[in-house]
Amino acid sequence: MITAKEVDVDLICYHCGQPCDEEVNFIDEKPFCCFGCKTVFEILHSNNLCDYYNLSDSPGARVDLSDAGKYHYLDEPEVRKKLLTFESETFSKAIFYIPSIHCISCIWLLENLHKLDAGIIRSDVNFPKKSVTIDFNSSQVKLSRIAALLDSVGYFPSISLEGEKVLQDQSQKALVIKLAVAGFCFGNVMLFSFPEYLGIDHSDENLLRVFSWLNWSLSVPVFFFSAFDYLKAAWKSFKQKQINIDVPIAAGLIALFFRSSYDIFTATGPGYLDSFTGLVFFLLIGRWFQGKTYESLAFDRDFKSYFPLAVHKKQEHDWKPTIIYELRKGDQVRIRNMEIIPADCVLNSEQAYIDYSFVTGESKPIKVKVGDRIFAGGRLIGQPIEVVIDKPTSQSHLTSLWNNEAFRKREESNYQKIIDRLARVFTWIVMGIASATAVYWQVVAPKEMWLVLTSVLMVACPCALALAAPFTYGSMLRTFGKNNFYLKNADVIERMAVIDSVVFDKTGTLTHTKKPSVLFHGELSTQEMGYVKALTSCSTHPLSNLVNHFIRQTSNYSIENFREFPGQGLEAKVNGRLLRVGSAVFVGFKGLLPAQASCVFVSFDNEVNGYFTIASSLRHNIGQMISRLGHKCVALLSGDNDSDKVAMAQLFGNKVILNFNQTPHDKLGFIRSLQQQGKKVMMLGDGLNDAGAMKQSNVGIAITDDTGTFTPACDGILQGDRLHQLDDFLALAKKSSSILKVAFSISFFYNAIALTFAVTGHLTPLTAAILMPISSVSVVGFSTLAVNYVSRHLSKNRPS
Amino acid sequence: MTIIILLISISLAIALCFLGAFIWSLRSGQYDDVYGPSVRLLFDDKVEKKEK
Repeated sequence: MITAKEVDVDLICYHCGQPCDEEVNFIDEKPFCCFGCKTVFEILHSNNLCDYYNLSDSPGARVDLSDAGKYHYLDEPEVRKKLLTFESETFSKAIFYIPSIHCISCIWLLENLHKLDAGIIRSDVNFPKKSVTIDFNSSQVKLSRIAALLDSVGYFPSISLEGEKVLQDQSQKALVIKLAVAGFCFGNVMLFSFPEYLGIDHSDENLLRVFSWLNWSLSVPVFFFSAFDYLKAAWKSFKQKQINIDVPIAAGLIALFFRSSYDIFTATGPGYLDSFTGLVFFLLIGRWFQGKTYESLAFDRDFKSYFPLAVHKKQEHDWKPTIIYELRKGDQVRIRNMEIIPADCVLNSEQAYIDYSFVTGESKPIKVKVGDRIFAGGRLIGQPIEVVIDKPTSQSHLTSLWNNEAFRKREESNYQKIIDRLARVFTWIVMGIASATAVYWQVVAPKEMWLVLTSVLMVACPCALALAAPFTYGSMLRTFGKNNFYLKNADVIERMAVIDSVVFDKTGTLTHTKKPSVLFHGELSTQEMGYVKALTSCSTHPLSNLVNHFIRQTSNYSIENFREFPGQGLEAKVNGRLLRVGSAVFVGFKGLLPAQASCVFVSFDNEVNGYFTIASSLRHNIGQMISRLGHKCVALLSGDNDSDKVAMAQLFGNKVILNFNQTPHDKLGFIRSLQQQGKKVMMLGDGLNDAGAMKQSNVGIAITDDTGTFTPACDGILQGDRLHQLDDFLALAKKSSSILKVAFSISFFYNAIALTFAVTGHLTPLTAAILMPISSVSVVGFSTLAVNYVSRHLSKNRPS
Repeated sequence: MTIIILLISISLAIALCFLGAFIWSLRSGQYDDVYGPSVRLLFDDKVEKKEK
């Protein structure tokens, strides 16, 4: 006999703050929405850590209880070595990345971990990086125990065996130091150049000489330390015989520095060191700004982060955790409920239910019998199974989709190409002009020749050209980011600007995954509804869950003779009545099936009383967005069946192609065929099953309701509730391209004027000193202000 | 005018000290987490109260 749990709608979970609409557990009159949250509370309560709940309201993250054994692989020496930053017999240090760190309470609890386990010496939270550094006594506590402990209090550690993030951090830090040195020197050089700016009479020659020498010694570190990256990059491209934007910049920097040094050494002038240091400072700010924009986004998680890192492999008579990369053909592996199949394999157990929604988008679990093949990426639902590996991970189904050539092809950024091409042309033109000028002055006034030549080289440096793109696209990235649209890098904006076809995925993209609309058709009394709720609460089938959530009332009827017929429905006796809930065939429904949705039928004593329709609901304001996109919106590709076809046709109008039952390969092929027609395609999807299509497309955007969770390797992530602003984002991308063009022309304008002055020999040190920083500052200022101006209305359209 | 040279060398020396201090603080990780410490300050208070 099973008793359904009492349900009350308005309660908020004390731990995670979510409404308790499935079940409620009470401890000390505090409601908890699930067993997981309750367990966390109990752990904290028994360790006197309940201050956690006083620091902020409902601080926890909802906990799905998982098997503590899943972290055992962390004790394998190889894995340990990768995760520990320091190890000795009694003292070890490990860093865990924990995505769910979000508030004061998190910091407090994680820094009190030592109260939960005596083996932990201390723990330090880095809030912006969402990581916790744990010092522990390795003879007392194992690494796997710490991971399981974190998991048990609701802080699921995300473990990656690649340590790239640390490197990235360090390079950003080094950049800040370079920037600080450049800024310091720039400021002081400007200060010491004041007498020169103000034209203080040259009566005190010695003082001016002292200032010049001070300036020179201040710019030496700028040249050899701060600007080192530019010189190195230029040298590299020079060696590869390819001229990129760094070459003219480096040439300009070298010309400025050595020309000024010459002036100062020979006491012929004060040099242009203020322009030189200023230029380096601005260039570095541009670079830092770019780095800062990408920093907050962890785009390095690819589909492999979906896969488990280790599984249990049979070795002789024991199950041992093994890293999935070490699996070989013929290995016997055990997979537990809700685990992902790591590689293509053959089922050894009787039967299993596999949910392939990551691969095909179809959410109904598929039944597999002994001897059948199971593909990587499926999720096991139900009883643990044993499988024999058929193909190692790297050659598997999903990986082969992922390794499709479309993924490898990394489109080179267009603006970068333009800049490089321009820079190449530019360099040759500058060289030409410079040599022509040199020849002319050699003939007319040989004395002036070197002076004019260096001036030409110096002012021709396309510094503003190099600054324009990072600042324009950088500030656009930030604006997008503020509006919950996160792009991988600036190139994506550039590609977005030329998009002329938009292709949508349906499930999870246009529709909510979590909130399908459920309706009941037919007649049932409140009491009978309660019976249905009681029955459905006994099943874990997704449709049962949806129906169970839909019925919002208290139900504590007892159920007898419960039976579940997989793939068909549920049956039980409630109050002496035979209740069946399930498919039309299962309850014996013979009428016309509604076309547009999945149905769940209800029958009492073999008489059909009605049915629930479950249709996925559309996101907010999608229709308007689609009509605003107009002819740009080209197709809908869905992995599901065509039950929604009518509704979708109404939404999209008749010009849009609607394809259902699409496999990942179909989607990829469709995008490719569009591209072969010369279209620039943007693909919006939700997950792995359209990952291939996303990569093939010119811009692939993943739609998500929770940016903290999985994001496949796409070009950008758009939060679901901002999808209706897609057209705005596209328009802005277009505008930023025009802003960039204007910025380019400003920079060219300056260069042209400066060149004329330089070539004719009229470029006095003062005009050069003023002109050069002004051109950089005005380009930077223009692009930043313009981006803020065009995107000012974006955040006003926030959904309420 | 020699006094200017003296003043400048002093000011430059002081400025260099500050630059050095900044680089040291950056290297030692003081800017790694600019939010945590402000919060941690409050925790200690609470824990102490509890222990009393």
